Amino acid sequence: MLTIKDLHARVEEKTIIKGLNLEIKPGEVHAIMGPNGAGKSTLGYVLSGRDGYEVEQGEVTFKGANLLEMEVEERAQAGLFLAFQYPVEIPGVSNMEFMKESVNAMRKARGEDELSSAEFLKKAKEACKQVNLPLDFLKRGVNEGFSGGEKKRNEIMQLIMLEPKLAILDESDSGLDVDALQVVANGVNSQRDGERSFIVVTHYQRLLDFIEPDYVHILAQGKIVKSGGPELAKEVEASGYAWLGQADEGEEA
Amino acid sequence: MSEQIDQALARKYDAGFVSEVESETFPAGLDEDVIRRLSAIKGEPEWMLEWRLKAYRTWLKLTEPEWAHVDYPKIDYQDISYYSAPKSMKDKPKSLDEVDPELLRTYEKLGIPLHEQEMLAGVAVDAVFDSVSVVTTFREKLEEAGVIFCPISEALHKYPDLVKKYLGTVVPRGDNYFAALNSAVFTDGSFVYIPKGVRCPMELSTYFRINEQNTGQFERTLIVAEEGSYVSYLEGCTAPQRDENQLHAAVVELVALDDAEIKYSTVQNWYPGDENGKGGIYNFVTKRGLCEKNAKISWTQVETGSAVTWKYPSCILKGDNSVGEFYSVALTRGKQQADTGTKMIHLGKNTKSTIISKGISAGYSNNAYRGLVRMGPGAEGARNFTECDSLLIGDKCGAHTFPYIESSNPSAIVEHEATTSKVSDDQLFLCQQRGLDPEKAVSMIVNGFCKEVFRELPMEFAVEAGKLLEISLEGSVG
Repeated sequence: MLTIKDLHARVEEKTIIKGLNLEIKPGEVHAIMGPNGAGKSTLGYVLSGRDGYEVEQGEVTFKGANLLEMEVEERAQAGLFLAFQYPVEIPGVSNMEFMKESVNAMRKARGEDELSSAEFLKKAKEACKQVNLPLDFLKRGVNEGFSGGEKKRNEIMQLIMLEPKLAILDESDSGLDVDALQVVANGVNSQRDGERSFIVVTHYQRLLDFIEPDYVHILAQGKIVKSGGPELAKEVEASGYAWLGQADEGEEA
Repeated sequence: MSEQIDQALARKYDAGFVSEVESETFPAGLDEDVIRRLSAIKGEPEWMLEWRLKAYRTWLKLTEPEWAHVDYPKIDYQDISYYSAPKSMKDKPKSLDEVDPELLRTYEKLGIPLHEQEMLAGVAVDAVFDSVSVVTTFREKLEEAGVIFCPISEALHKYPDLVKKYLGTVVPRGDNYFAALNSAVFTDGSFVYIPKGVRCPMELSTYFRINEQNTGQFERTLIVAEEGSYVSYLEGCTAPQRDENQLHAAVVELVALDDAEIKYSTVQNWYPGDENGKGGIYNFVTKRGLCEKNAKISWTQVETGSAVTWKYPSCILKGDNSVGEFYSVALTRGKQQADTGTKMIHLGKNTKSTIISKGISAGYSNNAYRGLVRMGPGAEGARNFTECDSLLIGDKCGAHTFPYIESSNPSAIVEHEATTSKVSDDQLFLCQQRGLDPEKAVSMIVNGFCKEVFRELPMEFAVEAGKLLEISLEGSVG
C-alpha cells in the first residue's frame, strides 16, 4: 500500500524528518507515537503533499505510484485521506455542499458517475449516524462554530463517506473526552475491512485502547527509533518518552 | 499556493467575441447637433429634445468626479460615438422572425435565447444591442396584466405622459457628471410600468450588449411601480474583448409608490480588460430609487466585470415605514478597480435599511466599498444595519472601506459591521485534501462568502451568478 524509504523533509529551513522508513500493507493499522516535536504531524502533511513541506530526499510509493510527484488533490483522489488535527472553517459552505463536491470529485477521478442527490443524502445520513452527529449538521457551514469534539467527529464522518485506501489520523484523540473518543474510535473501527490501511498518529496510548493497532512505531527526532506490536504502546504509557534520549543515539530506524 | 491561485485567476473572458452585424454608427464627437440628430432618428417629442439639450448644457459646466478610489486615464468625450445601431433595425422588426439571425445568435452565444419557447419560463427579456433595443419577449402576456415593459424609446412614443411624469424625478438630469451626460445622449433602455395593485406575473430582464468599437453605451431605465404593486427586474451585461476602453454611463430610476415593492438585480459582466489592464469597460452608473409610504426597494448586484466601476445604487426612503436594501457582491481581479456601494437616505419615520456588501479582491485589483447612511431630521425611529465584508485572495490586491454615517435624528439607530479575511492556505489545503482542484476550491470558498447575497437573487439568476463567479475565478472557458 505505502512504502516510505529514507525520507527526509523540511519545513521552511528546518529539516524535521530525517531518514524515515515505513512499510504499510493493505488492511494494516500502524500507530505512530512520539513526543511533541518529533515530526508526527509533519509526516502526515508531507505524505498528503502540503505546500511548504519539502522533501529533500527519499522515496514514497503509494499503490505502486510515485506519491511525491502527485498534486495534493491527486493524492487524495488516489485514496489518501488525512484527518486533520485542527480542521479549518469554511464559512458559508455547508458540510453537505462540501462533501458532495468532495465525494463527486473522488468518483470522477475514478471514472464513476456522480451520485444523485438522493444517493448522496442517504450515504451522508448513514455516516452522520455512525459518528453520532445530528442530521442538521449537514446544513451547517464546514466546521463553522463546531466544538472541538464535533470537528473531530466531522473528520471521521468524512473518512466514512470518502472510503479512502489509506487514512492518516492526525491526533484525532486530542481534546476528546472518553465518550467522544469512543465514538471516533468506533467510526474508525467500522472502516477496518482488511483492505483499508490506517496510520494513527497520537501522543497518548489512550486512543490505542479503542483502536487496536497491528504495529506501533516510536518517532523521535525525525525517524522511527523503535517498532513493535501493541505492547510497545503500553511500554510508552508506563515509562513515557524519556528513554528516547538514549535510544535515539546510533540506532538505525 | 499563491502561484496556484494566480493561475486559477488567469481566466479567459468568454463573452468577448465580436458579432458581425452591419451597423449604422455616428462619427465620434459630441455637440448639440449630435443630440438633435440622435433625437430626430428616434423621432422624439420636442420636450424630450429640450430636456436633453438642457442636460447637455449642464454637463458642460460640470467636472468629472475624482473622489473615487479609482485611477484611469482622462476620457476624451469627443473620441466616442454616441449612437450605434444594427442596420437591420432600421425598419424595426415586428416579430422575432424578422430579427437579424446574427443578432439572435449573439444572444444565444451569451446563453440568452430570445425565442420564447426556449426561454426560462416566467422571464421576459428586453435585449439591448449597442444603442437600441432589439427585441422584447413575452409582451402580450405582460400586456394582459396591464404591465408595460418596452424599450424606453418606444415608451416615449406610446406613453409619453408617463415618461414625462417620472423621467428625471429620482435622478435629476444635472445630478452628477455621468448622469448629466446620460441624460443628454441616452439611446435606449427599458421602461417598466406596473399598474396599481398588480403583481407582475413574471421576472423582467434586460440584457445589455456593447458590440461596436469606440461607442459608448448610455442606457436609461425607468421603472414605476404604482401603489401596492410588485415587480422583480434583472439586468445582465456583456461586451466584446477590445483593446480600447469603452464607456458605459447608465442611469436607472426606480419609483415605488405607496406599498409597492421593486426588486432590482444586476449581474454585471462587462469586459474587464486583459491581465495588464488594457481595454475593458468604464462602468460609471447612477442608480437610485425613491420609496413612498410603506414601499420597499431592494438592490442586489453581482459585479464581476468592467475595468473601472463607479456605482452606488441608492434608496431615498421618503415615505414613512419604507424599506431599502442593498446586497452586493463585487469581485475584482487582474487590474480591475471598483468603487461601489450605496446610499441610504432616511427621510420618513420608521424607515429601515439593510446593507450587505461582499467585496472580493484578487490579483492586483482594488476593491472599495463606499456607503452613505443619512438619517434626516424627520427619520424618527429609523434603523440601518450595515455589514461590509472583504475577502482577499493573494497578497497583491487591496480592499478598502469608506463608510459615511450622518445622523440628524437622535432616535435613529445605525449599525456598522466590517470584516476582512483571506482565503487561507489552510482552507485551500483542506479542500484539496478532499479531492478538489484549487480552482474549484477557491470558487467554493468565494461562493460561501457570498451566500447571504446570492440568497437574495431570483432563483434562476442565483445559479447564473454562482456560475459567473466560478468562471470568473476558474480560468475555464465557459
